[in-house]
Amino acid sequence: MSTLTRTPRPAQTLRTKKPLRVGAVAKNVTAIVLALVFVFPVYWMFSSSLKPQSEILTKDPVFLFSPTTENYTTATGVDLFWTYVTNSLLVTVGAVLLALVVALAASFAIARMRFKGRKGLVLTVMMAQMAPWEVMVIAMYMIARDGDMLNSIPLLTLIYFVMVLPFTIWTLRGFIAAVPVELEEAAQIDGCTRGQAFRKVIFPLLAPGLMSTSLFGFITAWNEFAMVLVLNKDKEAQTLTLWLTQFQTAFGSDWGATMAASTLFALPVLIVFVFLQRRAVGGMTAGAVKG
Amino acid sequence: MTVDSQGTATAAPVDAPGRAAGKSKTPPPPSGPKEVLQPPRGRRSLPGGLLPYLLVAPALLSMAVLLLYPLIRNVVLSFQQVNKREMITRETVWIGFENYTKLLGDADFWGVVVRSVGFTAANVALIMLLGTLIGLLLNRLGKKMRLVLSLALMFAWAMPIVASVTVFRWLFDEQFGVVNWLMRTLGFAGYEQHNWFETGFSTLVIVMILLVWGSIPFVALNMYAGLTTVGTELYEAARMDGASGWRTFWSVVFPNLKPFFMITTFLEVIWIFKAFAQVYAMNLGGPDRGSETLPVYAYIEGLGQQHYGLAAAISILTILMLIAAMSFYFRLILKQEDES
Repeated sequence: MSTLTRTPRPAQTLRTKKPLRVGAVAKNVTAIVLALVFVFPVYWMFSSSLKPQSEILTKDPVFLFSPTTENYTTATGVDLFWTYVTNSLLVTVGAVLLALVVALAASFAIARMRFKGRKGLVLTVMMAQMAPWEVMVIAMYMIARDGDMLNSIPLLTLIYFVMVLPFTIWTLRGFIAAVPVELEEAAQIDGCTRGQAFRKVIFPLLAPGLMSTSLFGFITAWNEFAMVLVLNKDKEAQTLTLWLTQFQTAFGSDWGATMAASTLFALPVLIVFVFLQRRAVGGMTAGAVKG
Repeated sequence: MTVDSQGTATAAPVDAPGRAAGKSKTPPPPSGPKEVLQPPRGRRSLPGGLLPYLLVAPALLSMAVLLLYPLIRNVVLSFQQVNKREMITRETVWIGFENYTKLLGDADFWGVVVRSVGFTAANVALIMLLGTLIGLLLNRLGKKMRLVLSLALMFAWAMPIVASVTVFRWLFDEQFGVVNWLMRTLGFAGYEQHNWFETGFSTLVIVMILLVWGSIPFVALNMYAGLTTVGTELYEAARMDGASGWRTFWSVVFPNLKPFFMITTFLEVIWIFKAFAQVYAMNLGGPDRGSETLPVYAYIEGLGQQHYGLAAAISILTILMLIAAMSFYFRLILKQEDES
């Protein structure tokens, strides 16, 4: 870069002035092109979902159109749509809440107490976080079948609960560790029991951590595909992920409605993600780099 | 920060027995008038010793039942013959290593292994290369452009897998897909009604585009976050010494971010190797079983062909390969943990 500068330079203008011209334009153009590439599929899903039939099935794509909601009416009018919505919500919310309660206890012990086997436990949680659930579907199917628990919403909830549990423990451990021990001790000196100190001092400080952790858990459970595909063949017990993949086969070339279905499915996650935006990068690095 | 200093100030004068007494749960007021020396010992050893185990028990128990047990069941199943007939009669037929010997002598299985490994390698190489480049670009952009690009990356990252698979099918649709239109507009011949899902290979290429598109944001944004910690002084020093951009990257940025590179690479290897929804939902492993990677192969052999025992053996072999990648990953993580 600096080779481009012609003028003899005082140290400060070295980077800020000259190279901006050629370098910055190239950089910004690349950035815009990349931004378009990354956003395009999401944009195309959304815009297709608002197009009238006649402007979707065209050789040359239509970029300007008068939006319609007919595709959404088709998508939500599908048999059992509300059953799928209810199932998805039951399973995700149930799994996340269970995980929060169980993880809160475990991560408190890991972060704040010394006990035999603590290190082994940390290692177990780390390994469980990498569990290859997608590859274990056959065994899970056999277990569910033997226990007569195929097509069971509670079983699916429990499986999702264990899926998000290690991550929840791991991140909450970090959040609890970030609360200074001295705060807790001060509360105990002032006459709180350990339980009270936890409830009155640590818990309120954990609220943002609990929030973002549960939202990540929500995304995982909401998106899960392999388990529900294998375990819940019965339509009444399926979730939105399966509904979406079957929509494609069931509706053939009604791409408008399929895209409306995709949008409906993706929207909650996109909203949650925008909300989490800040924490996402930091939180994920904390998860990835620090374990 | 103020909270922190306050905490330390109050905590400093407290001595050990007082703390232990405060921690114990059973007696309501922590002040015992007479027995100042005795109680801490007794109380500490009982509830203090058991409490962490009680707190941890629910988590361990649920992981044991729903994670460890299925894994064990998977191993057991892989030594049994469980086909359609055995599923109905519910009898247990032990066949030792037969499932494994059958697989290891099967050209189809090795074909899938080679395909999965190649697929993973190509994906991870592209993800790491492009992700790093975009991360470096983010670091050099102005504030506004950086926000624009980060937001775009966020969208791709946030897209639920199943939704993005559906969208990609639509983008690459044979008749009305926007990609065929784009190819025509760019002047390529033969894209009137090009079928992108014609072969297993071409299907996997589309899956790869999807995976790379969806995975780059994680690498790029974390790369950028990592770069901001390197510190501008280092870059400036390198520049002052006359290092080129390339040289700066290899001698300043890379050594600093090496742990990040290694850990992210292994994470991606693990994630891509076990990717199921993307591969399966794209074309159900077809056409003609040509886009099956190991997890999909196991699923189709099991629930599709009803060779449950064989499928369990495939899973176990897949898990063993994953464990090889994971052991590297854990070694890196533990090293990192020790250093910090």
